Amino acid sequence: MLIEVNMTINGRAVSGKVEARTLLVEFIRDIQKLTGTHVGCDTTQCGCCTVHVDGKAVKSCTMLALQARGKTVLTIEGLANADGTLHPVQEAFREHHGLQCGFCTPGMVMMGVDICRRHPNADEQTVRHELEGNICRCTGYQGIVEAIVDASAKMAGGQA
Amino acid sequence: MGQFGIGQPVRRKEDVRLLTGKGLYTDDVNFDGQVFGVFVRSPQAHANILSIDIEAALAAQGVVAVYTGADLVADGVGTLITDVEMEDLSGKKMFRTKRTFLATDRVRFVGEPLAIVLAETLGQAREAAELVMVDYEGLPAVGSTAFAASPDSPPIWEEHGSNVGVHWENRPVAEIDAHMAKAKTRVTVDIVNNRLVPNPMEPRCAVAKFDEESGVLTIYAPTQGGRRIQGGLAKTVLNLPPNKVRVISPDTGGGFGIRGKLYPELGVISWAARKSGRPVKWRGDRSETFVSDYHGRDQINHAEMGLDENGRVVALKVHTILNCGAYMAENGPRLPVSGGGRIIPGVYDIVNFYFSVKPVFSNTVPTDTYRGAGRPEANFLMERLMDAAAEATGLARDEVRRRNVIRPDQMPYRTQMGLLIDSGDFDGNMKMAMEGADWENFPKRRAQSEKNGKLRGIGIGNFVEAAGGRPTEEMRIRIAADGKATVFAGTHSHGQGHETVWAQLLNEFLGIPFDDVSLVQGDTATAPKNSAGTFGSRSSWMGGVGLQRSAKRIVEKGTKIAANLMQTEPEGVSFAGGVFTAGTSSVTLVEVAKAAHEPKNLPEGMEAGLDESYFLERDPEEFNFPNGCHVCEVEIDADLGHVQIVNYVAVDDCGFVLNPVIVHGQVYGGVAQGIGQALTENTVYDEDAQLVTGSFMDYGMPRAQHFSMIEALFNQVLCKTNDLGVKGAGEAGACGAPSAFVSSVMDALKPYGITHIDMPLTPDRVWRAIAEAKAATAA
Repeated sequence: MLIEVNMTINGRAVSGKVEARTLLVEFIRDIQKLTGTHVGCDTTQCGCCTVHVDGKAVKSCTMLALQARGKTVLTIEGLANADGTLHPVQEAFREHHGLQCGFCTPGMVMMGVDICRRHPNADEQTVRHELEGNICRCTGYQGIVEAIVDASAKMAGGQA
Repeated sequence: MGQFGIGQPVRRKEDVRLLTGKGLYTDDVNFDGQVFGVFVRSPQAHANILSIDIEAALAAQGVVAVYTGADLVADGVGTLITDVEMEDLSGKKMFRTKRTFLATDRVRFVGEPLAIVLAETLGQAREAAELVMVDYEGLPAVGSTAFAASPDSPPIWEEHGSNVGVHWENRPVAEIDAHMAKAKTRVTVDIVNNRLVPNPMEPRCAVAKFDEESGVLTIYAPTQGGRRIQGGLAKTVLNLPPNKVRVISPDTGGGFGIRGKLYPELGVISWAARKSGRPVKWRGDRSETFVSDYHGRDQINHAEMGLDENGRVVALKVHTILNCGAYMAENGPRLPVSGGGRIIPGVYDIVNFYFSVKPVFSNTVPTDTYRGAGRPEANFLMERLMDAAAEATGLARDEVRRRNVIRPDQMPYRTQMGLLIDSGDFDGNMKMAMEGADWENFPKRRAQSEKNGKLRGIGIGNFVEAAGGRPTEEMRIRIAADGKATVFAGTHSHGQGHETVWAQLLNEFLGIPFDDVSLVQGDTATAPKNSAGTFGSRSSWMGGVGLQRSAKRIVEKGTKIAANLMQTEPEGVSFAGGVFTAGTSSVTLVEVAKAAHEPKNLPEGMEAGLDESYFLERDPEEFNFPNGCHVCEVEIDADLGHVQIVNYVAVDDCGFVLNPVIVHGQVYGGVAQGIGQALTENTVYDEDAQLVTGSFMDYGMPRAQHFSMIEALFNQVLCKTNDLGVKGAGEAGACGAPSAFVSSVMDALKPYGITHIDMPLTPDRVWRAIAEAKAATAA
């Protein structure tokens, strides 16, 4: 049986028919064709599928599409400004070589934004701890941690 | 050297695309009318297949077809390729395994595919796959490397009668025994080099379609370069000429050595797309990755080393057992021999060297190349021997190494295994790493840690590896009439940043603006004919030099066109910074490119366009030798067995550094995989050969918390055997990290008399070792 769901993704009202078992990430990728969000595991470990739901980082493989009814979802495609200006976390990833193959990157960036929101001026240890649920196989996390620390400081400065 | 030339820390071209969700990975690609394929995999480690009943699955909702191995065999599909030959000293050849793309009469490891179900949706295919009924007759299974090597293990290949594929030796052992007998000090080490699951973050997947009209089979899949896979699919699976098979690898989520292979799944998906007449998509999940991607490492090493009264090594004997898994994969037993064994004496000048390798079969996933492919194992072994030698001789760990390293004045140095190391400053690497890590003041830091109730240790590890992989590659540059350039690469970037580095090369050698260079890669339809791919840390050399020489050809042709435009002779024309000059007149490369596309501007007989390629072929026995020294410092909570890295310095000589930001990234990533092996990762099979560590819940992928910031330093010694002076960079970190890390932990545990713990040094293993040591002291 297919069920209609409605939600807002990247500022746009969207709807689609899903099965009860359809995951939010399947709704995003397969039905909405927003393929920037990735799936890297089947046990909620890797964080490649991290998006924001109502402003908080969520692993979209661990939430049903039905649970996101009426909610506001932000994916990697909606993070940069409309004019193409990168979000400070995206910019910091580029500057600090925080990505190689790019597969974990959308999830890392969305998690990074969430970390910056909760921890202004985050230090290295905080960032490492907060990244517990995101796996990267390429970078040794070095550029990722540097990027989030840097972006966190810049974003805190911008708010002050 | 401009801002965007080689050697500059240019930020990557590919990043904005990948950071904004605009990457295109295989699972993002869909064909109209596609069905989903789900593999039926064996839950048994070793069993005869008595029957496969597909009736219920065929009748299930949405199912389009169910195929078994028998269908493939009936259609003439062949077996997977093992591209290696070895023999023992008597000339007896190794036993070769045969693997069909789907198992037919026997399964030999958990996860081996034996059927595929095609259905309209993924959910339907998954549900129907559950309905395929297989009647198994269980057989005794071999789950461990040690058991596989024992004469008591039941042979997995009855026709061979043993689980040992061959006993390879480099020379008769008696030749070395005489030298060993003269040694003043002898040390032995026994090492289990743990099996790893490579786990690129993008799970393996594929989508294929067969076009009846053109007769072309197109398959998208994450690979490290599709040319060899194209050849295998064409010949072994589809019985088509290679130009009727197109392999496309768009953005690829990591490679690490395991992605360059013709896997069974690629063959089955391609074949099923043609057979069913529907495009087929296979979306492998992480659980499948664990049981179907080839695994890495998995050796048992026993080694003995003899030293004279001056602490110089006089003899070395190494016995290696490699667990090949149930089948020999493409490289199979090559890894310890030509992958690692050839550099086993490492950075050390050791003449009397005996080396024995036994590849063994077990009911496990086949093993093949994984970041370093034999070299991490070889370097780890040598460095553990050096630490043991320090302990036995009373020399400091750095001193015993210093007394044995190959010195710069010995270069080029011919190793016992026949390789010629062109360059390297091994003693200098150690000095730089130890200074970088403030080795001298370590005792003060240890005292401080002790005050805080922690153990502290420092460790050192040298390494050298042989990089270059396959000896041919082809690169192509095409410059359009507007002066913009396209690189058609045989290499394949899946994280290494080639889009950026190749543009830097064109900026350097042709003066083309960095932003005016684009890269086309990962498609056998557009890749140069003789392309190979990216593996064995080869792209900087084979791709870089290939590109440099293609650029030279562009300049040669451009010079003739420029001479024509300036109405002078080519001999009087010079080229620099994108400008051709003759006396006081000059034309830019952009002008030349425009002219090149207008036949009226060309010298007589010249073909229009500015499009040159270069086929680079080197001596197959010629490699480059990335090397370095890592120093690691750890703190240990003895009550918990928890090891925390507190400082890490990696000194690398990867020759000329084309882009330091990108090479640093390669070092960090390599170190992380090396630390992963040494600290968290382990692949566990139980005695029935069931995989215990089959997901990220059970398998210890290293996380951000496991590391401290790594300080990466370069001790650049230009490689003498290629025009760019480059050496490989991708695998070095994984070669240096395990030994430096384990050395540091053993240093910290020295008060307990602990000299060895097998990797990974998990809290459990460290805590147990401490507890046992305490119990032994108390007893």
